[in-house]
Amino acid sequence: MAVTNERQQLLDRRPQGLDLGPTGRGGDRLFGGLAKGSGIAVIALVVFVGGFLLWLAVPALRANQASFLFSREWMPGIQPPRFGIVDLLWTTVLVSGFALLLAVPVAVGVALFLTHYAPRRVAGPVTYVVDLLAAVPSIIFGIWGIKELAPKLAPLSSFLSGNLGGFPLLRPGIADNGTVFVAGVVLAIMILPIVTAFTREVFAQAPREHKEAALALGATKWEMIRLTVLPYGRSGMVSAAMLGLGRALGETIAIMIILSKPSPDSPFNPSLFAGGETFASKIANNAAEFDSPTKTGAYIAAGLVLFVLTFVVNAIARLILQHSERKHA
Amino acid sequence: MAKRIDVSDLDIYYGAFKAVEGVNMTVEPRSVTAFIGPSGCGKSTMLRTLNRMHEVVPGARVEGKVLLDDQDLYGPDVDPVAVRRVVGMVFQRPNPFPTMSIYDNVASGLKLNGVRNKATLDAAVERSLKGANLWKEVQDRLNRPGGSLSGGQQQRLCIARAIAVEPQVLLMDEPCSALDPISTLAIEDLVAQLKEKYTIVIVTHNMQQAARVSDNTAFFNLAGQGKPGKLIEMDSTQRIFSNPSEKATEAYITGRFG
Repeated sequence: MAVTNERQQLLDRRPQGLDLGPTGRGGDRLFGGLAKGSGIAVIALVVFVGGFLLWLAVPALRANQASFLFSREWMPGIQPPRFGIVDLLWTTVLVSGFALLLAVPVAVGVALFLTHYAPRRVAGPVTYVVDLLAAVPSIIFGIWGIKELAPKLAPLSSFLSGNLGGFPLLRPGIADNGTVFVAGVVLAIMILPIVTAFTREVFAQAPREHKEAALALGATKWEMIRLTVLPYGRSGMVSAAMLGLGRALGETIAIMIILSKPSPDSPFNPSLFAGGETFASKIANNAAEFDSPTKTGAYIAAGLVLFVLTFVVNAIARLILQHSERKHA
Repeated sequence: MAKRIDVSDLDIYYGAFKAVEGVNMTVEPRSVTAFIGPSGCGKSTMLRTLNRMHEVVPGARVEGKVLLDDQDLYGPDVDPVAVRRVVGMVFQRPNPFPTMSIYDNVASGLKLNGVRNKATLDAAVERSLKGANLWKEVQDRLNRPGGSLSGGQQQRLCIARAIAVEPQVLLMDEPCSALDPISTLAIEDLVAQLKEKYTIVIVTHNMQQAARVSDNTAFFNLAGQGKPGKLIEMDSTQRIFSNPSEKATEAYITGRFG
């Protein structure tokens, strides 16, 4: 009993001033909760959209009498429906890939110019103009592409298909201007700002000490860029390209305006100078016809493939980045 | 291989700001010259004018002359890129190219000069790494990234990279300030060896280091904030540290600096 008392006295003599309990700052918990909630909401949204697409697509896919992945037919309205996406997949990949091929070198060039060549008073306005390009609505690009750009590109197209028509990709295609070629050029212009902005950021962050190391070895400006800025920015360039590709894959309205729809029974032509439809333009072109669940389901199944495609593209980009980061770690 | 540097009436500007004023000095070939002085006195700027690296900052310019033997580095037909190929530089923080292997780091300067022959490159890499006292530590992992080495090894790698192109002059801008004492000692030993072949100019904040490694010492100071830095006195290191002519030098080296 005595021991307990002494102990109690000691305990009572502890300094009382220090309060080390929870601080109970409401703001902390509130914003922590908000941040966590937003994170969960985004994931839930992606899962929900994917689930919704699957839910509506599966009955149509069950009823489908043609091979969904390999058939060129698209007759979701007949009974039983027959539809396949191989044409859509080809056109989507071709037009986006072509756009990327055009846009990335130009974007890298512009980004290098802005970060390492242009004097500051030039770089500011040019940056602004490039960013402004991103603010032009895609419908404007569509109209401009088909009415203004396409006739200008027509001589080039006929020259290429006339002289290099032996390559499947350059085989002569349709008579009018609504080709994958024109659509790809317009798409390239549309994704240029985002790819440029991203590469510009990484190039600007190339460490000064590495650049000085190169210069001190007697590197010219271009050699310095090749030795330090480009290797440093490589992973950034890949991410930028993938961001651009993601945007190109999903672009709808400009593509819809530009690309000529081929007639349903025309033979498959892999050429840049053929017409065609992408996933997005096909769905948009036929949005008025979602009258039966099977028909709607067929288009949604096509949308699902686009959804998966962008996912795969992003996943590949991430893998490339992780791989190159590990190599340089 | 080593050349004499003659600086006469050199003023260095960043835009309208005069950073260094009225420098006259001679750096003897095959010797180590230390630049000492308080922060902001212009010693690093002065060093960088010797291979025109200060021009990396927009608006930087000089008035006066810097002669390498009899050639004016600021002559009208002189390309700064060519200057840097004969006047090498080692920086404060070790800066090997992070995406390159040890081998490629050392070979990078030679490749810039158009050397492609594998045997020539191999020989130069081995010679330079030996010259930088690094060969024994890295000879069995030349293909590992340069960033995998310790800080002191990275700095010696940078020295190997700089001497691979066989420059006339080697500039070192506080090469040990980011290193531990053991690595510092390794670099100082290396400097003592390198001066048999190269003219070396080293900027240091470490007075003992200046006393240990250099033959001559130049003391820089500035009159006040916003005023240009000046060369106060330059003499043999022994004299500067035992019996300097200027009061300011004595105050600085004895630690009684205002």
